[in-house]
Amino acid sequence: MKIGALTEVFAGENRVAMTPESALAIQKLGHSCCIQSGAGDKAGFTDAAYAAAGVEVLADAKAVLAAADVVVKVRGPEEKEAKALRQGQTLISFFWPAQNPDLLETVKAQGATVVAMDMVPRISRAQKMDALSSTANLAGYRAVIEAANNFPRFFTGQVTAAGKVPPAKVLVVGAGVAGLAAIGASVSLGAITYAFDVRPEVAEQIESMGAEFVYLDFAEQTQDGAATGGYAAPSSPEFREAQLKKFRELAPDMDIVITTALIPGRPAPKLWTEDMVRAMKRGSVIVDLAAERGGNCDLTVPDEKIVTDNGVTIVGYTDFPSRMATQASSLYSNNIRHMLADLTPKKDGVIVHNMEDDVIRSATVAHDGAITYPPPPPKVQAIAAAKPKEKARELTPEERKAQEAAAFKQQTRNQVVMLAAGGALMGLVGLYAPASFMSHFIVFVLACFVGFQVIWNVSHSLHTPLMAVTNAISGIIVLGALLQIGSGNFFVLILAAVSVLIATINIVGGFLVTRRMLAMFQKS
Amino acid sequence: MSIGLTQGAYIAAAVLFILSLGGLSGQESAKRAVWYGIVGMAIAVVGTIFGPEVSLGFFGWFFLIVMLAAGSALGYMAATRVQMTEMPQLVAALHSFVGLAAVFIGLNAHIEAARVAAMDDIARSALAGFAAVLAHKTTVELNILRVEVFLGIFIGAVTFTGSVVAFGKLAGKVDGKAKQLQGGHLLNAGAAILSLLMLVLYLKTASIFPLFLMTALALFIGYHLIMGIGGADMPVVVSMLNSYSGWAAAAIGFTLGNDLLIVTGALVGSSGAILSYIMCKAMNRSFISVILGGFGNTTGPAMEIAGEQVAIDAEGVAAALNDADSVIIVPGYGMAVAQAQQSVSELTRKLRARGKEVRFAIHPVAGRLPGHMNVLLAEAKVPYDIVLEMDEINEDFPSTDVVIVIGSNDIVNPAAQEDPNSPIAGMPVLEVWKAKQVFVSKRGQGTGYSGIENPLFYKDNTRMFYGDAKKSLDALIPMID
Repeated sequence: MKIGALTEVFAGENRVAMTPESALAIQKLGHSCCIQSGAGDKAGFTDAAYAAAGVEVLADAKAVLAAADVVVKVRGPEEKEAKALRQGQTLISFFWPAQNPDLLETVKAQGATVVAMDMVPRISRAQKMDALSSTANLAGYRAVIEAANNFPRFFTGQVTAAGKVPPAKVLVVGAGVAGLAAIGASVSLGAITYAFDVRPEVAEQIESMGAEFVYLDFAEQTQDGAATGGYAAPSSPEFREAQLKKFRELAPDMDIVITTALIPGRPAPKLWTEDMVRAMKRGSVIVDLAAERGGNCDLTVPDEKIVTDNGVTIVGYTDFPSRMATQASSLYSNNIRHMLADLTPKKDGVIVHNMEDDVIRSATVAHDGAITYPPPPPKVQAIAAAKPKEKARELTPEERKAQEAAAFKQQTRNQVVMLAAGGALMGLVGLYAPASFMSHFIVFVLACFVGFQVIWNVSHSLHTPLMAVTNAISGIIVLGALLQIGSGNFFVLILAAVSVLIATINIVGGFLVTRRMLAMFQKS
Repeated sequence: MSIGLTQGAYIAAAVLFILSLGGLSGQESAKRAVWYGIVGMAIAVVGTIFGPEVSLGFFGWFFLIVMLAAGSALGYMAATRVQMTEMPQLVAALHSFVGLAAVFIGLNAHIEAARVAAMDDIARSALAGFAAVLAHKTTVELNILRVEVFLGIFIGAVTFTGSVVAFGKLAGKVDGKAKQLQGGHLLNAGAAILSLLMLVLYLKTASIFPLFLMTALALFIGYHLIMGIGGADMPVVVSMLNSYSGWAAAAIGFTLGNDLLIVTGALVGSSGAILSYIMCKAMNRSFISVILGGFGNTTGPAMEIAGEQVAIDAEGVAAALNDADSVIIVPGYGMAVAQAQQSVSELTRKLRARGKEVRFAIHPVAGRLPGHMNVLLAEAKVPYDIVLEMDEINEDFPSTDVVIVIGSNDIVNPAAQEDPNSPIAGMPVLEVWKAKQVFVSKRGQGTGYSGIENPLFYKDNTRMFYGDAKKSLDALIPMID
């Protein structure tokens, strides 16, 4: 099969869906590659580099569309491009089928197959194809860099001879892949970083990246991200109010706010209102990663950087990944390559569109002249459902006292019952057994008791030496043999002698090996 | 030596034995505690030999000295030659000796009792030693004596064959899998009931025949019981046999009317019982379920495991170790099998020399003997203060960079906590998966002893470091810098 990459036509898009490196890997799957001349220029890959990697460089888009069986792109197709697809041709790119129903109809009419990179399910096996995560990672990092670029101060706090510099305070709203990447970049620049997310289970991830989780004191049933494939779902109006109240509290303190909150298939939620922007200090920066979908901030202007009257810079760029085109292209082309590898199971250059496969099924939005969006729920649960966390309730002092008293009572009762039962048993034995037996029996019971008391204190690490030493001590049975060895009966003498022999092995062997073991234990 | 002096020696010996066991509460005091035990034993033996109850003829002295010398030599050889990885076998073998000695002594007691019973009054008054004690017993006392003899032989015989089978399993001479004859535990129960009948018969007839039959039955019970228990339950089995050997000694003590035997037997018996209890608790299983063998009380299908096992080579592990600040090593039976403890120690030394925090996490049932891993690591000169118990270290996993699991499986299986249907559900495990990265050194993709899948191997932060543990570690060590 021939895989062809087109030049991106969307204004300001610098990325390309195939790099010379990914082309080499695709060729190993048995495919051949072609690319539109100049497609990689803006991402730093020359036609010559592609040619050197064995990629056929074609003059224009028409030639590529005519030659390729599979067309790969970054952005979803323009209407014109979609119309140019032919029957049986496959397109792999971002598509956003929920937002572009008309486009979906067009490709269906053309009879083309479309694999939408944004529809790849979030399961472990598909991570290597998860282009949303790989671009979000870049966007998060870049957002911090853009913020730093527009922020007139240090990120890290310093105490210098010329004065003290306080550290910048950064708030990251939404701790998805982009949010976590932003937290990582911001923390490593030295800022004090706070992060918020509606899914409380990400608190651990946030803290692991070195940021502080902003807790919301709200009693509502909290969201379980696992139910929605790891994405956030819309929250109730009450929850939203509580959230905004918290942000209003934080706004005057924050130097930099990075918003990354997106809900799949919906416009971005408005989380940073105008009055919060007004409350911020002069020179503060807001980077709105959700700008393309309307923005999390009221004042965001998509694709532009604006400065408000009170001196707050709001960055609404929508092309963060494109600003790191080389890196973004390498990662995205790798995602594409992995997708192609899954589509070519035998590595023989034959594409098998296996609609039984969870990943391929979910990502395919049009196939064989039919719309296959939305996909059925995946067969494998993506992420294990979070267990409801039960926090041990803090006990009041009275309750604790009552509990302790009850436990003490229970313990006392147990002991009394056991002592009574034991005493009764002893009495029963004493009733029938002769005195000579009872005198030995006392010794036996006391020895058991002492043994139980003593052994509990033995350290776990010394259990093997304990076994060896008790073994040696149980060689005390030699005493029995010694008492009998003087017997007049020859048979008894022989058996006793053998018993002395093996019991002695036990004693000597047991003690020596214990000594050997204990000598090995050393303190550092 | 008068009877009073002998009794005094016994009291001293008993106190020394108690101190000896009590001293094992710490590594340093343990070194002193062994001496208490040795001295106690010497006092007891000397006190008995020169005591009034022992009257030795020429033959007696001859046999005694030859046997003591031979036994000491054999014991010395066994103790000095044994490898630390063979420790479980040695302990099991030694238990079998105690069992066998108990059987012999019990038989002797019976023969002596029969001999004394056949004498007339004049001959009786001329008796000395154990026979003289027998001569003065009343009918009730004689009956009690028979029960004691019977119990001593029974426990001793079970201990003997049980220990021999355990030895075979631990030494790899007998297949470690749980195996039973047709009929399973019904056979054991049948044999036990038959033994009980033999006791009644023995009390009635005082003949040696039921005693022999019972010995055979007990030997069978010991064999069959332990054959039905799998290799990984050996910590429980060995400590149980330890306990039995103690009870056997105590029963013999009753027979002979010797208080020191009773005291020591009871000490050893309760020690083994407590150890068994600790081991069972560590596996969240009841003592009965371990002894009656096998897993198999699952209540539903096991949880599906998603994902794949991802392999990694020595370079990848080395890179992660070089970057890590804190490392926890979790050794298991696989480390003992591969004799990898020296390599582990070398790796530890190298990592510590580079200022990294290295610790060991020991699960109570890791290995084939209680405390097995501690002894192996001590042999390889790993300092004991970085070797920690499960309860001490389990909370530290989330803040640990790298965990290396060497040859353990079930004790790090998250299914114990996550899957209520798992056969090991509820068993306390080391929570290694909470660390940032986990490397599992393992021979291949097989399952552990319990035959259940380990979801740990499929986790995102787990990498499988396949190969023989010793070879893998030896390849790894030069790359640490």
